[in-house]
Amino acid sequence: MKSARGAPSGARDVSNSTKPKNSQKEKARAAAEKPASMGEDVDLKAFTAEAEPHRYQEDPSSLPPATRNKMLEAGILVDTPQQRTGTYIQIDNTPVHHSVKQEGVEVMAVSEAMKRYDWLADYYWKAVPVDTDKYTASVELGKNDGYFIRAAPGVKTDLPVQACLYLSKARLAQNVHNIIIAEENAELHIITGCTTSLGKEPGMHMGVSEFYIKRGARITFTMIHSWNPEFAVRPRTAAIIEDDGLFLSNYVLMRPVRTLQTNPIARCNGENATARFNSILVALPESNMDVGSRVYLNGKGARTEIISRAITTGGNIVARGFIEGSAPQVKGHLECRGLILDNRGTIHAIPELRGTLAGIDLYHEAAVGKIAEEEVEYLMARGLSREQATATIVRGFLNVDIEGLPPMLNEELRRAVKASEKDLM
Amino acid sequence: MLEIQHLSVEVEGREILHNVNLTLNTGETHVLFGPNGSGKTTLLMTIMGFPKYHVTQGTISFHGKDITDAPLDERARLGIGLSFQRPPVVRGVKTRDMVLAALKDKSRPEAVDALAGETDLTDFLDRDINYGFSGGEIKRSEMMQLLAQRPELALLDEPESGVDLENIALIGRLINELLEKGSKIRSRNSMGLIITHTGHILDYVNARNGYIMLDGTIGCMGDPHEILKEIKEKGYEECARCAFGSARRVE
Repeated sequence: MKSARGAPSGARDVSNSTKPKNSQKEKARAAAEKPASMGEDVDLKAFTAEAEPHRYQEDPSSLPPATRNKMLEAGILVDTPQQRTGTYIQIDNTPVHHSVKQEGVEVMAVSEAMKRYDWLADYYWKAVPVDTDKYTASVELGKNDGYFIRAAPGVKTDLPVQACLYLSKARLAQNVHNIIIAEENAELHIITGCTTSLGKEPGMHMGVSEFYIKRGARITFTMIHSWNPEFAVRPRTAAIIEDDGLFLSNYVLMRPVRTLQTNPIARCNGENATARFNSILVALPESNMDVGSRVYLNGKGARTEIISRAITTGGNIVARGFIEGSAPQVKGHLECRGLILDNRGTIHAIPELRGTLAGIDLYHEAAVGKIAEEEVEYLMARGLSREQATATIVRGFLNVDIEGLPPMLNEELRRAVKASEKDLM
Repeated sequence: MLEIQHLSVEVEGREILHNVNLTLNTGETHVLFGPNGSGKTTLLMTIMGFPKYHVTQGTISFHGKDITDAPLDERARLGIGLSFQRPPVVRGVKTRDMVLAALKDKSRPEAVDALAGETDLTDFLDRDINYGFSGGEIKRSEMMQLLAQRPELALLDEPESGVDLENIALIGRLINELLEKGSKIRSRNSMGLIITHTGHILDYVNARNGYIMLDGTIGCMGDPHEILKEIKEKGYEECARCAFGSARRVE
């Protein structure tokens, strides 16, 4: 087994994209005005990339209570770090804390990791092309940092690593670039909370996350977002999964956001590689979300499941899903369910399947509507009031048991959903 | 006591029940026979108070209180319970949630596990209600919810349909428990109105009265076993001729 500091196995496998940093900058400059292929075009000039630096915190529990509470809402525990394998906290553009307590697991700022490891350049912009759109370009050209999380071959975390991207300055465009690597047969559980202390002022978050799941490795990634009604958010995520690897991604957004668009991609390149996406979306009035997942089943026997639950209480949701099967014996299932609780809102479900080979097995189901009266009445016949019956059904709708997620994270996910239910009912 | 007087009911603009009269005393069990589409389920759904069923004439009173216009959930809380013939699947809502919602004594949530044991549904408590349940499992789940609710008036819509022979005995036992058949009539607090298509349930549950429902009215009333025998021998057509042709119509 190689030490965590050594060059990772398989680093050479991805080195074909190795290019001088300048070339990435050039590409980014060329794409600086390139609008995204979907979602509202956000005017980046309305935001600043500059923010005052923040002080490094040896002990994150010394952060102000209001900050800690906000972080807690997004699943980040700074007061009970014993429940985490490691922690990364970034406020605005400054990494303010990183720590890890398990050998073979690394958690640090990506800027620090780039200085430490030459080979990391091979992973930079490998899964997400830098010139995808103006937001990826902005991450390259802006003052960015982000987290680097890696598990050495065979190393398994019992407790999750947590990462918090926190925005405290009004009108800041926060650019982050995260690299996450699970080496062969490693297992990493990550919970990421992205949130802001700003109540009404606008802000923007652009986050590039690149995941590399090596042969036999597993990553579970649970991302909880909690913004405000003036925020624009453009995450750009992609994962490359090798033989027998697993990428399990959960995304929860139940708080207001002005505009959010994301369409993470998983490339199941290896044999029997698996990707699973679960999203729980709640659009309050004036929230606009365009959230999808794209999975390419390129390896023999690769599998995927995409499940999304969307509720609108007046906002707009586009729920996308795309699966492409291009290798023998691949299987994919896409399930998209939307619940309209208020006539001002819309849910637009766009499930897509693309097959290029006989013998593949892809299917989807999508349903959008209001709560069935028959179900409400069934619960009322047991003595619940109409309001109680509706609340029970909505809670059930959001109750997604996630297979493969450690019980502790499933519990935390449930807690995060429950905490946001108050706004919903 | 349940008292139904001159009840006419409309569903989506069409009158289904016409001038139905029925009295059920606490401690008693009555059985409703009748061909498909005769209005048996409509009568039960109307007593339970589903909004789709509009009472155009007549009254329903329960323990002396006029409940003709009382909402569904209020009737459930007053002590009326219904076992559905075809209950909906509610994704994400667990069977345990349903039993807890129905549970009369909320201070004893542990009773749910005991009820699940009794109805042979322990493995179903953490599954979505009715999702992928077989016919028999649905019936047992409905009985489990009613046993939690302990209604004073139990409305059972074909509790034995789709249940295999082995499980009919279990359903029969559960109904007897629900209707306190082990106690004397006078000391019982509950009463039951059961729809049965086949009459199989009568092999396990004693009933005092039987009715034949024909075209939205109660055609005749009598000993349930005798009525069942007549139906088996002569069919509902003969019942109709007898009921309406010879003016044995019950007012």
